[in-house]
Amino acid sequence: MDKKEVLIEVKDLKKYFQVGRNQTLKAVDGVNFKIYKGETLGIVGESGCGKTTCGKTVMGLYKATDGEVLFDGVDINKLNKKEKKEFTKRAQIIFQDPYSSLNPRMTVGDIIGEGIDIHKLYTGKERQEKIYELLELVGLNREHALRFPHEFSGGQRQRIGIARALAIEPEFIVCDEPISALDVSIQAQVVNLLIELQQKKNLTYLFIAHDLSMVKHISDRVGVMYLGNMVEFAESDELYQNPLHPYTKALMAAIPIPDPDTEEQKKRIRLEGEIPSPVNPKPGCRFVTRCRYATEKCHQETPQLEELKPEHFVACHRAKELMEDHPQE
Amino acid sequence: MKEKILEVKNLEVSFKTYAGISHAVRGIDFDLHKGETLAIVGESGCGKTVSSKAIMRLLPESNTLINENSEVLFHGEDLLKKSENEMVSIRGSKISMIFQDPMTSLNPTMKIGDQIAESILIHRKISKEEAYKEALEMLQLVKIPNAEKRMKQYPFEFSGGMRQRAMIAIALACKPEILIADEPTTALDVTIQAQIMELIGELQKELDMAMILVTHDLGVVASVADKIQVMYAGKIVERGDVREIFYQSTHPYTRALLDSVPKIHSTNKETLYSLKGTPPDLINPPVGCSFAPRCEYGMNICRKKYPELTKFSDTQECNCWLHDPRADVSNLPENMIRRRQ
Amino acid sequence: MSTKEVVMTEEWNESDDFKRVGTEGLSGEDIGEKSLTYWADVWRRFRENKLAIFGLILLAVIVVILFIGPVITGQNYQLIDASIKNQGPSSAHWFGTDDMGRDLFTRVCVGGRISIYIGLCCTLVMFVIGALLGALAGLKGGLVDDIIMRICEFIGNLPYLIIVVILSMVLGRSMFSLVFAMSLTAWVGTARMVRGQILQIKEQDYVQAATALGASTGRIIIKHLLPNTLGIIMVDITMSVPGFIFSEAFLSYIGLGVRPPETSWGALASAGQQQLMFYPHELFFPCLMIVLTMLTFHLIGDGLSDALDPKLRK
Repeated sequence: MDKKEVLIEVKDLKKYFQVGRNQTLKAVDGVNFKIYKGETLGIVGESGCGKTTCGKTVMGLYKATDGEVLFDGVDINKLNKKEKKEFTKRAQIIFQDPYSSLNPRMTVGDIIGEGIDIHKLYTGKERQEKIYELLELVGLNREHALRFPHEFSGGQRQRIGIARALAIEPEFIVCDEPISALDVSIQAQVVNLLIELQQKKNLTYLFIAHDLSMVKHISDRVGVMYLGNMVEFAESDELYQNPLHPYTKALMAAIPIPDPDTEEQKKRIRLEGEIPSPVNPKPGCRFVTRCRYATEKCHQETPQLEELKPEHFVACHRAKELMEDHPQE
Repeated sequence: MKEKILEVKNLEVSFKTYAGISHAVRGIDFDLHKGETLAIVGESGCGKTVSSKAIMRLLPESNTLINENSEVLFHGEDLLKKSENEMVSIRGSKISMIFQDPMTSLNPTMKIGDQIAESILIHRKISKEEAYKEALEMLQLVKIPNAEKRMKQYPFEFSGGMRQRAMIAIALACKPEILIADEPTTALDVTIQAQIMELIGELQKELDMAMILVTHDLGVVASVADKIQVMYAGKIVERGDVREIFYQSTHPYTRALLDSVPKIHSTNKETLYSLKGTPPDLINPPVGCSFAPRCEYGMNICRKKYPELTKFSDTQECNCWLHDPRADVSNLPENMIRRRQ
Repeated sequence: MSTKEVVMTEEWNESDDFKRVGTEGLSGEDIGEKSLTYWADVWRRFRENKLAIFGLILLAVIVVILFIGPVITGQNYQLIDASIKNQGPSSAHWFGTDDMGRDLFTRVCVGGRISIYIGLCCTLVMFVIGALLGALAGLKGGLVDDIIMRICEFIGNLPYLIIVVILSMVLGRSMFSLVFAMSLTAWVGTARMVRGQILQIKEQDYVQAATALGASTGRIIIKHLLPNTLGIIMVDITMSVPGFIFSEAFLSYIGLGVRPPETSWGALASAGQQQLMFYPHELFFPCLMIVLTMLTFHLIGDGLSDALDPKLRK
């Protein structure tokens, strides 16, 4: 395997929002990871875990409250206006909701061409040709350029969103839950398209989702987030086969599998309780309220990611001991 | 076999739209027995939600057209012919429904306790205090912690999972015979989804309640359903018991659905099987099999004539020309073409 | 037992029937319906609303009459002829004459032009100031938003009549001062509405997408925010015009509005009111015109509002 080049490095990233007097929503609270060129990094987690905020901060849509996002070695939060505009050509995003991600008043052609227009990449006939090319790339027809978003289905709109992101030839695309709102067979269409495009255009993806099966399928490595923290990080097959963090284990067990026999035999790890709010979180491990293994230390000290197996990181005070006690749970 | 409590016969539902008449449900039949769980599976626009709402008579009168000959027989009585008053006494007490979005299904200006009690008071002549007491029991039954305190709270103070539990409490307060659950967990997180499905399963057993589960999530179906029917473009294309559908499905669409879901225990990163195209326009539904434009095994006959019914067992049957003896069955997935009954 | 029955018809004998064709020739991506731009769709929905169309036609008829009417009758609205004063409607004078013998129909037409003109002017001023400030407040947020909103509250609480009186005294009673006084306090509602709409749209993913693509604030406002606010602004405008017409009528009625020789429906109503006991037609006709015109604007506004509401889309 050729030496992997780091495209993005996220160091102790924090993104907080003020949601009232003395109420700070700590959406992302100290996250570290690297993304290699050409790979797909997946991030999974449930509502409130901060994965979407993380994605948007990494590609520059939000400004980080603290920490660094190094894109090709350069901290994107320290760019000036002009550099920022140049940077937008390198990192793009695909949104979750196909219904609100396209301006209802613009034609599909103009939506896709917006990036081209902003950066003045092509004009006139060339621009038209480029737009047609993009439409066909995502599996739509040339005629669709004159139509309006409301005439398309969810899956088609999502593909228009992908075409829009690709128009300015980015290197890196954040896919923010791009398939959650779609039907099952359409999800497969979109995922296949994303994989195909990655190979064709040599793209790097940050794939954010709550559907673990889909994330595992498309990602090379996966990080699990819970309430603003990254709790586990490993190669996707390894994560599925050997989850080490109590939360990851519960998440795996909760995924409904479309296979009646397996479902019957599955050991159900019941996770009690609700997901707490990310506003003004208490110190210590965030998972403490729902964790059956929690100790005093867990309430006081926030665990950091430790490499417990090669390329497999876990943020849990007890993970090592649990791993040794139950080697294959 | 337990008694049959619901029989849907030739249900046809259409809607008047500016572009014409949209034939959302084009003639479906099914039965439901006491205590049974029937899953209606399909993608958006296939007509599954419309069918379930039609049973409850919850479709808007102004632009809905239901065929005269359609029947929804609940214990032998046709619900489609009942008056609104009669339906009011059935809804909530004999047949209940829970919806996908718990945020909009609860009244934001009423306390949770009152909403549960309301559903009890509509159907039974008991005092307010008694209704409130039963409402509290329901809330405890759906495992909401601190139920007494929660009774006095408003929906906005509940999380998504808790609201769904509250909705279940309201729906089950009068111990209905049938629960129609329309995508009950689609909007919830995975761990909460697991909790809710488990809860519904337990309550179902306790109350010996039948359930119609409408969903597109095959994973959820695998763990709770007894029978499954797969809908596409307003028609049922295949039905069977849960193992028949998952392990021996006979319709290309069912197969496509099963193949589109990545198997978490597989380690290959092959492209997922994906269907091309989108479901057909229901204003001008195609003449032959509606799945033909997207079916890689399609034949000329598929585009011309709607496939006849083929039975494989007491429970499994499908509508597909591939089971005709003259069909071209080369390269079909294994065990799709089998001996017929 | 197979439940399949084989029915032999002519078609079925074709040997090609069971030949596999897969998905060839059929693109699943075609879109059936004709393409409609947003406004074409709105127009189509508007057209289906009978009352709205009725309002539109009636308004057109009224406007035509106001401009063409006097040309047809050939009368002069200022011509005083004491001999024919206070006459009821006749073929010579369709609305009769007023207490100075002037043809009422012509006066109503001329007055109507002024009333509607004032209504439109005030609406324009209200819209320009209100939309601009509202958009600024919504987009910028923070201190700018706070300042603008406090100004709105302050102005919105000023007693309308007193302001008009003071301004009339200060600026003299001209058309300009009238328009100024009336629109001074009216833009507040528009500003709030536009601000609310902008706040909502700002959070839509497509605005974020444009930002992610590198769009400047100006581009976002012009290409994304304004076009999506236009619908609601149009409804507001349509509903405001009759309000201003009525306000002007009210002011003229109490003597603060248009001054002679200019006239308006309000002024005519005021004059007519004095003759109410004996010659009711002099009050009736101006009031009828006010009512009809306001009605048409309201019908159109309602129709437009319904046509724009995505939830009412069938």
